[in-house]
This record gives sequence, C-alpha cells and structure tokens, in this order.
Amino acid sequence: MGKTTAGERETVLRLSGITKQFGALLANDDISLSLRRGEILGLLGENGAGKTTLMNILFGHYVADAGEIEVEGKVLPPGLPAAALAAGIGMVHQHFTLAENLTVLDNIVLGTESLWQLSSNSQKARTRIRQLAQEFGLEVDPDAIVASLSVGERQRVEILKALYRKAKILVLDEPTAVLTPQESAALFETLKRFVAKGLSIIFISHKLGEILAACSRVSVLRGGRLVAERGVAGVTRSELAELMLGRSIPQAKAEIQKSGEVVLGLHGIHARHNSQVLDGITLDIRAGEILGIAGVSGNGQSLLADVVSGVAVPTAGTLALKGATLSRTGPRVMVNLGVARIPEDRHAEGLISDMSITENVISESYRSAEFAQRGFISWKKARGFALKIITAYEVKCPSPEARVRLLSGGNMQKLILGRVMANNPCLILANQPTRGLDVGAVNYVHEQLLAARKRGAAILLISEDLDELLSLSDRVAVMFRGQISNASPRESTSIKDLGLMMAGHGLKTGNQSHAA
Amino acid sequence: MEAVEILFTASLWAAAIRIASPLIFGTLGELICERAGVLNLGIEGIMTAGAFAGWLTVFLGGDLWLGVAVAAMVGALFGLLHGFLVVPLGLSQHVTGIGITLLATSLSYYSYRLIFPSVTSPPKIEPFQPWPIPFVSDIPVIGEALFRQTPLTYLAFVAVLLVAWLLYKTPIGLAIRTVGENPSAAEAQGVDVTLVRMGAVMLGSALMGIGGSFITLSAFNSFFFEMMNGRGWICVALVVFGSWRPGKALAGALLFGAFDAYQLRLQQLAGAYVPYQVFLMLPFILSIIALIIMSRRAAYPRALMVPYRKGER
Repeated sequence: MGKTTAGERETVLRLSGITKQFGALLANDDISLSLRRGEILGLLGENGAGKTTLMNILFGHYVADAGEIEVEGKVLPPGLPAAALAAGIGMVHQHFTLAENLTVLDNIVLGTESLWQLSSNSQKARTRIRQLAQEFGLEVDPDAIVASLSVGERQRVEILKALYRKAKILVLDEPTAVLTPQESAALFETLKRFVAKGLSIIFISHKLGEILAACSRVSVLRGGRLVAERGVAGVTRSELAELMLGRSIPQAKAEIQKSGEVVLGLHGIHARHNSQVLDGITLDIRAGEILGIAGVSGNGQSLLADVVSGVAVPTAGTLALKGATLSRTGPRVMVNLGVARIPEDRHAEGLISDMSITENVISESYRSAEFAQRGFISWKKARGFALKIITAYEVKCPSPEARVRLLSGGNMQKLILGRVMANNPCLILANQPTRGLDVGAVNYVHEQLLAARKRGAAILLISEDLDELLSLSDRVAVMFRGQISNASPRESTSIKDLGLMMAGHGLKTGNQSHAA
Repeated sequence: MEAVEILFTASLWAAAIRIASPLIFGTLGELICERAGVLNLGIEGIMTAGAFAGWLTVFLGGDLWLGVAVAAMVGALFGLLHGFLVVPLGLSQHVTGIGITLLATSLSYYSYRLIFPSVTSPPKIEPFQPWPIPFVSDIPVIGEALFRQTPLTYLAFVAVLLVAWLLYKTPIGLAIRTVGENPSAAEAQGVDVTLVRMGAVMLGSALMGIGGSFITLSAFNSFFFEMMNGRGWICVALVVFGSWRPGKALAGALLFGAFDAYQLRLQQLAGAYVPYQVFLMLPFILSIIALIIMSRRAAYPRALMVPYRKGER
C-alpha cells in the first residue's frame, strides 16, 4: 500500500472557491480542494452532496457560477470538455459514455484525431491500445463491439479512453456501483498501479469501506460544502460516517422471527425478454420472511420481478400464490391477489411524474369500490386517501394536488411505500428499493420493510447492495445468467461468498462460467 | 412468355439504373442525416427545391454542372434551416421535417409562377446527354445498361463509395456515427455534438438537392409541379431497408428502380386487360414486402430523433 506522506509532493490540480447554483439549490458552495501528484484522493458524500456536480464542473460539462480551476498552475477555461481533455483530465462517468453499436477502438479513438484528416490510422491505434491494456492490466479486445462487453469490460474501455489520451488526472465517479466485490478489489489494485506510475486520481464514492481501502486522503462533502479533509491513515469508519451524514443514524436490524407458510412459489420458471432470460427459476417465499436476491445487474433480476408482478408471462413453469397455482397472470390479477410492488425505476414504472399525488396514489386501486361509484371517481375520497399517506409516511409536499415531478427521490419512494402498504399486501416485491436515496431515506425504507415483515408479509428483496441484503434478509439467493442459487440463511453467508457466486462461481444450478 | 423476356433486355436495366439514380443521392443524403441522429423529413421538399433551382440556373444560361452545384447549395441551405430548428433548438424532428417539405415545395412552385406567370407548355433546357464509356459500353447488354448513362448517374455510384469511405474510414465519419449513437459519449471525448450534427444535416441535404436536380437536368428537361412524386419518401424507406449502410442502400435503390422499370413495361404489355394503376402500385407493394423482410432486425442509430441538450442528465 502506497500510503506515503503526500505532504511534499507537488499539486497537480487545484479547485478554488467553486460555487454552483441550480435554481434554489446550492449544489456547490465555495468548495476548494487540491490533488497532489501520485495520490488517490477520495471524495466522499451522500447522494446529492454535490460530488458529481463538482466533477462535471471540473470536466467542463457545467460552468461554475464562481471559482477557478488550475491544472499544473495553468487556469482551465470553464465549460469546455475539450480543454479539460487537453489539460490531461480523464473522467470515468458513473453512467458509461460509450456508443454501444461501435467497436472499442472507435470509442477510444473518437475525438483524438483531427476531424479533417482523410483517413484514420486504425492499425497504429490498435497497437497502442494493446500496449496500454497490457501495461496497466486492462485486457480488452479493441475490435469487439461495446454492446457485447460485460460491465467490467466496459469500465476498462472507459479507463483506456482516458489513458489513450495520456491523461494525468483520472476522475472515477462511483466506479464500483456496477462491480462485484472481487472486481472492485481488482480495480483498486489497478488504481494503485496507476499512481505508482505518476498518475493522480480522484475517487468518488459514498461507500466508506471503499474510500478506506483505495484512497490515501479523503475530502468529505455534505450539502454542497466541503466539511472535512482527512488522511485515511488515522481515520475510523464511524468518524467518516458522521462527517458524511452530519449525524449518526441507527441501522435498521432484522429481529429474529419464525416464518410462516409459503406465500409465493415459483417452479421451473422460464422466460425471455430482450437480452434477459430466466432459465428454470425455482424458489419459495414464506410469510414473515425477507428473501434477498443478489446479483450483478442484468442477470435476470428485472425479468424475475416482472414475472412476479405479472408484467411478463413465463414461457414455462408455474406460479403459485398461497398454495394455489395461478392459471393466468397479469398486473391486475397480481394486484388483486395482494401482490404489491416497489419498482426498480420509480420514475419510469412507479409514478407518473406529470400527474398529481392524488392521481398517483389511486393508480392501482381506482377501480375498487372504495374510489369508484357507478363509473365515476370520487375525488374527495381519493384526496383523503392521499392526505392519509402524506401524513403517515411524512411525505414532504405542498399539497395532494402537487405534481409528483416536484418531489425528491426519497419522498417519491415514501409515496410508493404508502400506496404499497395501504392494502396490507401478502407479498411485497421490492426491486432496488433504496437505489439513489440518501441515508436517511434508505433507513426509512428499511424500517418499513421490516415492519411489513413483522405483520407477516412475504418480501422478495432484489438489490445490488450486499450490505443491505445481509442486514435485512432472512435468506439470500444469487442470480447469475438467468439461473438462481439455493437460498441460504443469512447467518451462513458472507460477502465474499456472494461475490464469488455473482461472478458465476459455485452456483449450484449447473452452467459454471467465468464472468469477465 | 413476353413478361419474362423483358427481364433480359438491356433497356430494362438501363431504365432501372436511371430511375435509381436520384434515389441513390436522396437515400445517401437521408442516411448521413440519420447516422448523425437527425431524421430529415424535409427530403421531399429539398429534392423539389433542388430540381427547381438546378433547372432554373441552366435555363437562365448557366452550365449544367453549375446547375448541379446550385441545387446542392439550395439543399444545404434548407438543411441549415432544418438543422438549426432541430439541433440547437431541439424541436420535434417529424414536425419540422414535414414543415420544411411544405415550405421548400411551395417556395419552388411560387418562384416558378413568379418567373413564368403565363406559360402553357413548360420551358425546356438541353439536359445531360449519355456519356458512353469507351470499350466497356460495347459489351452486350451489360455495357448498354451500365455504361451508357449520363454523368450524374456515374456520380451517384461514386457518391456511394465516397459516403461509405467518409463514414467508415475518416475521423469525421466516426464523429457522425457516434453523435447518432450516443451524443454524450461524443461530448465526453471533446467532440462538438451540435457542430457535427449541423454539418451532417447540411451535407446530407446537399446530396438530396443533387438528387432532385437529376430529375430536371438528366431524366427530363423541364420543371413541372408534382414531378417529385414521392421519391423523397421512398428514400426515407430505403434508408431503413439498407439498415443505414450505404452499400445496402444502393442495392435497395436499384431494386426499386428495377421494379419500377419492369412495371412500366408490363403496363404496355398487359395494359389492355388490367387497369394501369395496378402496375403503378406494384413497385410500392414489392418495396413494402422487401422492407418487411429486410428491416425487421434493423439496428437503427440509438440516438435517432433524440435531441441533445448539453449539461442535461
């Protein structure tokens, strides 16, 4: 580990007094920080703390309202990605910026040659990419189409894009969000190799463990302000957590309770949709238990959720609810049977953002006798229902007539929770229920799920956050390429085992292959 | 049978290639726009404007090639207008394109009426004459079909090669393909998305203008109303048929040309028994069938019709 005292090293990048306002939101408030040659600086903060905004200003995607950026003593002109690239700044975005139908080579070479050149020298470029890949341990085929690569490989392409341009400063925005724990560990090793060769890295994350494992220094952002700078050597996890949150938040913990009879039984489910497949899924979920599903995204979890909520129809296999095999599925059938869902993407599938809160909360039940009388909707009752949810779940909003678009992510999720819990469901399908929420809201969602479990609901929890799965679930199963492992009790499961299974090792259901 | 014998005549294939020529230009033009992520439904009007502007230049005493150049320029100007409305302003590409078609068409007709207020028969020019290519034009059937065409037809074939080379072999082509696939990826690599899209739309529209001028400077020798007759819309379909690839688009244009040339001859043969409208329909029906077969798995540019706004997530 290269924990050298970075004190005497020269500063390669200096941000001073960066301020940026979006409407009423002060996203960055007078932030100053400096990066020294050959160090990995962690940028820690919750979602919405202003990390990504700050880096987008550095890279020229946004223009700051005030403040200045200096690279090796020279002022960087604001608002020009081309200037940032020329100054040697390379950025690996959280959401990859790759053109999927083009080759790796095309993606890397784009923009590095003069546009007026009559032909591109792809042979030379190919050789250089191979060299870089070998030197830094980032193996990838230059002529592969990006769409055919795994997520880990795509990230390598993103990093190669920066290295190909001889980047001296590398910014990685939440780079481990899409990786298995083992892939993350490999990435940290690669990063250490980079700094040993003189590169400097800014590592953005909201995960404390990663900051401690990868960085030598850490700057903490909270509410758009820089609240602390620490050397990683002397700092503890809980200290960082408190700096990041500004308060300490107790973790929701599942109490031990006995689970009841089987609520949902899937037997030999096969299904296919676009690139996703389900290849013989069999599982049982009991009343009063949370079954966690781990897996790298895209291994069939979304399709499994669609099958359970009735959106997708399996090509083979049976679904049974409380012991009765369903002859016919469909979203309405499942809702009527007491299946509630917290969808993966609140904006796309959970809520209709340009409609009001009232309209949204009755969207699953507007046909019921409660709200509909002789074909007319009783808006008075609907509004009362919305108000009840708003008070019970502490949704911050101006009124039930407000457009859902205006709510924050956490408040949207509270609204969905309110709608889901209102009918006292027997089965709750929670697909990535805390994605993109701040720590306070995450904790709230966890508490609600545990309360539902206590009431005796069966909960299918699909998540990419292993900490979340291990703190809430009674049993955990792993999905890989459309297959699922046997669910094992939480007590006998470790993050390391889950990580290996997420990469396809030791899955008990056949087909063992290596993920790249 | 006579209907089959027609298939082996040189004149059928010569006509097929002649009919295909304006479609090749138009399809290449539309293809470049769409590869950059911009649907250009102004094509029908831009081709009409090109046909009129090219013809007028020659009628007023200009050289035939000057006419082609003016047609290209007028096309590029309408491309600039379409591009400005849909790229920096991000307006609906469908609506804007149809608006451009209506504007360019009516503007051409209006100018025609202004300049020729009371002509009864359309004024004529001396159009491009066939350039037989020495030696190869003497090859039986093939020579007559391929190598006794007008220079604009040869230019159409050269344009296919040029566009393919531009798209796949040059940095500009890579930039065009990337802004049509994922503009934020292009932006992150320092490419100016607006500039590349505007340039592509103007270049594509210039090709559409040349395609229009083929009708008045090579196929016919005068300009009259409704002469574009939906050729622009055929080009939009041919781009899909060709899966956004210049070579396949060429094949599509030739196929359509062959259908059309064949139905013209069938009309003469069987016109007494079957109403001629049935034959007019034929190439379109066959094109629809070919489109269904060819484009079910077409991988369209991912960012087609998606406006790009800098700094938006």
